[in-house]
Amino acid sequence: MKPTRLTECGNWVLDRFPVTKFWNDHMAHYYAPKNFNFWYFFGSLALLLLVNQILTGILLTMNYKPDAKLAFDSVEYIMRDVPWGWLVRYMHSTGASAFFIVIYLHMFRALLYGSFKHPRELIWIFGMLLFVALMAEAFMGYLLPWGQMSFWGAQVIISLFSAIPLVGDDLSLWIRGDYVIADATLNRFFAFHVIAVPLVLVMLVFMHLVALHEVGSNNPDGIEIKESKDPWGHPVDGIPFHPYYTVKDLVGVGVFLLFFATVIFYMPEMGGYFLEHANFIPADPMKTPEHIAPVWYFTPFYSILRAIPDKFAGVIGMGGSIFVLFLMPWLDRCKVKSIRYRGGIFKKALFLFVISFIALGYLGTQPVTPVATTLARLFTTIYFGFFLLMPIYTRWEKTKPVPKRLTRLHSLEEQLHTLEEQLPALIEEITELKSVVTEIGHPAFKGTFFNRRPSPQGMAHVISRLAKKLKGSLD
Amino acid sequence: MNNKGVDKSKRQFLTSAMTVVGAVGTGYLAVPFLAQMQPSVKAMAAGAPVEVDISKMETGQLIRVAWRGKPVWVLNRTPEVLATLKTLDAELRDPLSNESEQPASSKNPGRSLKPEIFVAVGLCTHLGCSPTFRPEIAPNDLGDKWKGGFFCPCHGSWFDLAGRVYRGVPAPTNLEIPPYRYVTDTRVIIGESAEEKTV
Repeated sequence: MKPTRLTECGNWVLDRFPVTKFWNDHMAHYYAPKNFNFWYFFGSLALLLLVNQILTGILLTMNYKPDAKLAFDSVEYIMRDVPWGWLVRYMHSTGASAFFIVIYLHMFRALLYGSFKHPRELIWIFGMLLFVALMAEAFMGYLLPWGQMSFWGAQVIISLFSAIPLVGDDLSLWIRGDYVIADATLNRFFAFHVIAVPLVLVMLVFMHLVALHEVGSNNPDGIEIKESKDPWGHPVDGIPFHPYYTVKDLVGVGVFLLFFATVIFYMPEMGGYFLEHANFIPADPMKTPEHIAPVWYFTPFYSILRAIPDKFAGVIGMGGSIFVLFLMPWLDRCKVKSIRYRGGIFKKALFLFVISFIALGYLGTQPVTPVATTLARLFTTIYFGFFLLMPIYTRWEKTKPVPKRLTRLHSLEEQLHTLEEQLPALIEEITELKSVVTEIGHPAFKGTFFNRRPSPQGMAHVISRLAKKLKGSLD
Repeated sequence: MNNKGVDKSKRQFLTSAMTVVGAVGTGYLAVPFLAQMQPSVKAMAAGAPVEVDISKMETGQLIRVAWRGKPVWVLNRTPEVLATLKTLDAELRDPLSNESEQPASSKNPGRSLKPEIFVAVGLCTHLGCSPTFRPEIAPNDLGDKWKGGFFCPCHGSWFDLAGRVYRGVPAPTNLEIPPYRYVTDTRVIIGESAEEKTV
């Protein structure tokens, strides 16, 4: 068949700019393991949020004024007078918190399935650099509304640098551009937040993805699908990313947007966790708010800083708690990747780590009290214990045999079906029938009724059975 | 292409020389790029001394004034406070202010020119929050050991009413005392040293 003019035009472009090759390499012919589960939504969601932050950010810069005298009012102006300004700003502020939720889950996935291990060390390093850049981006963005929390949060974080011996004071002066947080600081943070760091982020995302597509994705079984290929050279356990995973990720996007929109429209401040109450008061360099806490996503690290009763050691502790994550690929000596086949000791250690991370995060939002400080010290010890003892305890690990090919778990439908069968028996167990004699309105309508009441004994049985099951799955 | 007769060592030398020149040039360009983030001349010039009238202060009262964009406290201490200050040495990290920042004239146990009037920069030496003034003794939230002082809400550092830091808290040194002097008995200038012009 003779090619049409349109095809010829298309070929003319493709000869000069290989769009199709790029699409095939990274989407249509990029083979991903076929057993991706819930935990694999968060990579694409992070990308979606990056796009959200860039788009809403561009719109916000059109009305925001990076000037200490005008900044606070310009944010109020966006909220009240700019058409749909409130929506754009809430999408940006909620997007920041959502970004961290998604990134923390994305990182936890890597810990679960050993995605940081050989041969994916560089993906993890780029990812960690992304995390650090994202924290810098969020921190500098938080100064821009020029509220009380913006001001004093920045004061604390920049003062962290002054703890560095010899150069510390000059360094923090250089970062601030003034002797205190002032207009110069606000203006440069705006420049970093809007241009410098986003460029770094986009570049790192590119490197993260190039590195990922070079070695291929890990999966919940933690085995390399490239090791068993069909005669055409495709991994037998792989499926093309497009259309299979683009469609799967779209479902994830849909569910995510449902939650995202709920927060934006009904609880944009999230009870003071996403937008802190004190930040609705303009910055006052004379007075620190009674209780200052960073935004929730920094609180675990902030807790570690507060727990150590020495300025320099505290800063080292906080920096170290992030730096130690970079070393994960070398701290973990276990050859088995996925938690499905790893020993009980790692499962327990990871469990303790998650508990301590959440506890530190909670404590970081609370005022300092002696009890809270003691608890924060305990959890800081567990946090560092998880990483620093890892080379030792992962050596003893009694791992299970790893399969050669991907395994198939029961589908959600099958699981629901089993649950449906068990449900009546379960209800029977946790409740008991009690006869109650009551009068309804008039003594003449006296009758005996049977009421289902919760049975404490039955519930205790069920809980102890679940606890045993949990313990069993941790071995 | 024919590489015969090419002097490879000369080529290598030229490449290395160009690399060095380029690196030096980049280094020179880095200086203005980095230095332009230093405080501007205007920012450095700001910070004129501030005069405070203390004639209307009651005993136990604290007032805040802004000096160089920082909060400066002026506190009129009661005789009871002055008596308490003498009993705290064992619990303090630097009771004699040997490692702390203050003008020589304020390097005494009460850290002030006149015992009752205390002047200090109201920023915690830990990470720069402004501590809260808590003169009451043993309040519920701070416990029985609290003898009145400044409490930093950010990271829980304790200071006594002479700005001296307690042991076992994150702040490393006592609160900074700015240079200040008395113009008259009731007027204080913050930002001018008492050593240069004696009253």
